[in-house]
Amino acid sequence: MDLSITMTGFVALYVFMLAAFAGWVIIGHVPAILHTPLMSGSNFVHGIVVVGGLYALLNASTVQEQVIGFVAVLLGAGNAAGGFAVTQRMLAMFQTSEPVLAHAHPHAHARVHHLKKKG
Amino acid sequence: MLANLPQLIIGLADLAAAFLFLYGLQRMSSPATAPSGILVAGFGMVAAVLASFLYVFSVSAAAQPHLGVNIGLALIALVVGGGLAWLSGKRVAMTAMPQMVALYNGMGGGAAGAIAAVELFGAKTQGATQLVVTLLGALIGAVSLSGSLVAWAKLQGVINKPLRVRGQQALNGVAMFAALATAGVILFAVLGGAPILLATPTWIYIFFGLALLFGVLMTLPIGGADMPVVISIYNALTGLAVGLEGFVLQNPALMIAGMVVGAAGLLLTLLMAKAMNRSVANVVFTNFGDAPKQVQGAIKGSLRPVEASDAGIAMRYASKVIIVPGYGLAAAQAQQKLYEFVKLLQAARVEVKFAVHPVAGRMPGQMDVLLAEAGVPYDLIFQLEDINDDFATADVALVIGANDVVNPAARTEKTSPIFGMPILNADKAKQVYVVKRGEGKGYAGIQNALFYGDNCNMVYGDAQAVLVKMIEAVRGLGAAAA
Repeated sequence: MDLSITMTGFVALYVFMLAAFAGWVIIGHVPAILHTPLMSGSNFVHGIVVVGGLYALLNASTVQEQVIGFVAVLLGAGNAAGGFAVTQRMLAMFQTSEPVLAHAHPHAHARVHHLKKKG
Repeated sequence: MLANLPQLIIGLADLAAAFLFLYGLQRMSSPATAPSGILVAGFGMVAAVLASFLYVFSVSAAAQPHLGVNIGLALIALVVGGGLAWLSGKRVAMTAMPQMVALYNGMGGGAAGAIAAVELFGAKTQGATQLVVTLLGALIGAVSLSGSLVAWAKLQGVINKPLRVRGQQALNGVAMFAALATAGVILFAVLGGAPILLATPTWIYIFFGLALLFGVLMTLPIGGADMPVVISIYNALTGLAVGLEGFVLQNPALMIAGMVVGAAGLLLTLLMAKAMNRSVANVVFTNFGDAPKQVQGAIKGSLRPVEASDAGIAMRYASKVIIVPGYGLAAAQAQQKLYEFVKLLQAARVEVKFAVHPVAGRMPGQMDVLLAEAGVPYDLIFQLEDINDDFATADVALVIGANDVVNPAARTEKTSPIFGMPILNADKAKQVYVVKRGEGKGYAGIQNALFYGDNCNMVYGDAQAVLVKMIEAVRGLGAAAA
């Protein structure tokens, strides 16, 4: 069984096209209130570049390749870890009103509707 | 079969990561599910990173003798890079979030550029397509690295003013053309198998130098208030660079993750530009302040200052208050005090809502995060299109630290530089209170007709101090009034 991946130009273009489309649709559904965590979250997602850095570093055969590969992993790891840390922190801050507060509020139903529309 | 096992595990882990990224981002469609979304995406990342150590079973013969050292370097890089970023991410203040995101983004772009550099210096690419894609990814990654660092420096206040020289655009054009031309030279030198003028590695150094320079030149002239758009652009560019390097490394997980982020960044960029009533090209290539100043029609009326305590008491007896927070609120660190005031109003059965403009803050949605940090429940926070009709039925609109986003000139004054920009209709409320440090103009440098309206009163002072007075005044009414 051959598990290696070889992608010709057109297969790659199809992957790119589908991924871009999926990204556009998924992100389009994120409400504006979450745009900052979304940006740091998508920032975190491209931290996957660290995997490419690891591949390059583990296959390094010269000092130059080792140095550049090291930098790639260092930066990629920073991208991933930092992006995750800030996104998680921000998302934990978003809290809804306690039921008591919503009860005291005459227009609670209007807000529920608002959230449903967003979701 | 057993020899294939590491490859199988890597493949499955990458596949899982790609799925979990998409699923995690999908869960960001609501504040209720978003925390679990980032968590599953995090699991995907950990799985992919752990699995990639299985590459040790399939390294090239040339790398075999260095394997021990390489594994050690990889572990050090992961621990140091990841650890430092993790600590900084846990500590950064929410107001400093834009520059932090810019910094992490630059790191991602740098990593993509570095991977391309390994491929180029090691002459590892095969065929014209791979080489072109590698060079393109390298260019975009390097521009994103240096551009993001300049954006960070500007937001951090290291660089204070937009730096422009005469003929800036021509200079930028030359830098970009030179980078592309160098890429062309490398392409022909590698494919032709013979160096052109200089040794190919020298050309590669020049190429990266020019790409980094172009990123700096492109970002330097852009003003601080345009940063929401700039950060979005570099986020998209880093995603694109990662996707392209994913193709070079034949790694679909990188391709998918990179392209998803590229599309996301593009969408956010367009949304931001729309909210500022400007095209993306206009943000990148011109400076808002550079536009010739239009002579403004005289604004009728006068500014009416009132005491903070009077304004506070007026809101206490209103039945519906809409608050328009701007960056000035965050600059004064007054979000906590604001929410304290809001809780007093709510206790007095006043209906309170927050109206947030898309460009309030230094990155998209930053004001929402700052309010959430202060404890404001997200169901009280409304976006422009959802709340604008509500102002007409509001007794009071309280504008704190915002200016241009509530300027009615955007609706009426055709000659105004902000004409056509979507604004919050604060002027439609029965009564408007504007908390402001002084009589200064907003970012756009124009007068705000809202302030001169018959229904508007100005409360001058630092937002924090003003809110303390409002809280005291409402508390002073005591339980009897409630």
